[in-house]
Amino acid sequence: MNEKTIPLPPGAATVESKLGTLEWKKSPQTHITLRDASEKAPCVDLCKDRPCTTVCPAKVYEWHAPEKRVIVAYENCIECGACRMLCPFDNIACDWHGGGMGVKYKYG
Amino acid sequence: MSDSYDSIVVGAGPAGVSAAITMARAGLKVLVLERGEYPGAKNVQGAVLYSRMLHEIVPEFWKDPQAPVERPVVEQKMCVTTEDSWITVGYKSLKFLQDVPNCFTIIRVRFDQWYAKKAEEAGAELFAGVMVQDLVKKDGRVVGIKTSDGDELLASAVVAADGVNSIIAQKAGVRRELKPSEVALGAKEVIALSSSVIEDRFQLNPGEGSTMEMFGATSLGMLGYVFLYTNKESVSLGVGCKLSDYQKKGLRPSDHLEIVKKHPLIAKLISGGKTLEYSAHLIPEGGLPSMPPLVSDGLLIAGDAAQMTNPAYREGSNLAMTSGKLAGEAVVEAKRKGDFSKAGLASYGEKLQASYVMQDLAEVSGLEEAVEKSPGFLEFYPKLATQLAHLRFSADGRPKKTHLKEALALARQRGFLRIAKDLWPLRKAAL
Repeated sequence: MNEKTIPLPPGAATVESKLGTLEWKKSPQTHITLRDASEKAPCVDLCKDRPCTTVCPAKVYEWHAPEKRVIVAYENCIECGACRMLCPFDNIACDWHGGGMGVKYKYG
Repeated sequence: MSDSYDSIVVGAGPAGVSAAITMARAGLKVLVLERGEYPGAKNVQGAVLYSRMLHEIVPEFWKDPQAPVERPVVEQKMCVTTEDSWITVGYKSLKFLQDVPNCFTIIRVRFDQWYAKKAEEAGAELFAGVMVQDLVKKDGRVVGIKTSDGDELLASAVVAADGVNSIIAQKAGVRRELKPSEVALGAKEVIALSSSVIEDRFQLNPGEGSTMEMFGATSLGMLGYVFLYTNKESVSLGVGCKLSDYQKKGLRPSDHLEIVKKHPLIAKLISGGKTLEYSAHLIPEGGLPSMPPLVSDGLLIAGDAAQMTNPAYREGSNLAMTSGKLAGEAVVEAKRKGDFSKAGLASYGEKLQASYVMQDLAEVSGLEEAVEKSPGFLEFYPKLATQLAHLRFSADGRPKKTHLKEALALARQRGFLRIAKDLWPLRKAAL
């Protein structure tokens, strides 16, 4: 379990609304893969906290309980690279797009 | 694009462009490759730009009518916070505006676009939207790069300036994957406010800027800080803490930002502002122990790719510029000698060693660890400091000598020897 769950202030803006301020050159292909995406993947049983799902600043990773797997919304990715380091099982391969695809910051 | 160059620079950020300008001006055939759709597309910074290092490359850049600077900074404040109290220490000086102004706030993407043009004006070729996937090696030496489209381009020297997530450093086999404790994760919002509102709220003359860094409660017990910088018609509010701390807390930095926005110190300053853009980026904070070898046969590493940031002084882009410039000079010298081997490029490491870059990094080495080892910094000291200030500024009907007794009792909770031990490492960030 996490050390403690921090309550969010009322009316806090969601990460989804923050991502709404951004633009991407959309790629038809994912640049993120789970090295093991099977039902035996470490995400399923071994990984208790699933830090990719709680820390990723673009909420790319979500735990889908009914299907018992991590869903990867690669099109949200803002290419910080934190997920590779966050995964305790080194199960996330995050490579960059070619062709100028991906996030396009205007301010940065 | 031709097939071979004196140098190929990977990444059109401050390090890469500084290297490219230096080499192109010396007459070298230089190619800069940037993976973003345009320079800056993938880059994030607070952002404070220290002038001196850029001034050495583009003299008096701030006088350029197109100069992408927001406000020259006249006042810098540090705030120690608890949930409902804060102590602010600020320094304001008109000297910051004289001669070479100390620093400017910038909008990083605009800056990168302007700076990349300077490299092109100097004669470098620059292509954006090109992803460098791998190095081309021959007999163990780096002789070029391979793009994600499979094209191979040759160069006598490759300058890896591809940022904190450097693919080149990993492909060269000189850097392993970073650990969550070696990087900070920063998240930021650029919040629109009119220039008159900014100048009123931050007590600034028209056009002048200020910076604030907040420590203590705003970091929620994590190692890091919150910053608020004034741009022309927006402010940049950001959080940055160790990735390992976010990992332990299971906290998303976007949520951290939301918590920070409600802090009474900050809420008032950003009130009524609309968020123009959200961003997040890693900051290499491993310091010297995490630094890869800077030179190998045909390869030099500069800027964030080589872990060159000094978080204790919120410096990074200036180190990147200096390292890029020195890397460029080393390639120019290697070309003159006709020797691009590790030995032929060695002057890069030597000049960097003699510069503020490596000396400052050596000086702050171990500072973060010392702070982490004394959890008092994150909670006890901010609380103690505000309690003492509260006593000093209160008339509560009690004789003042009871204030002194109370103050000593508060400090005794931690013990005077312990306090001295805690504070000693901070001398490294004092001047």
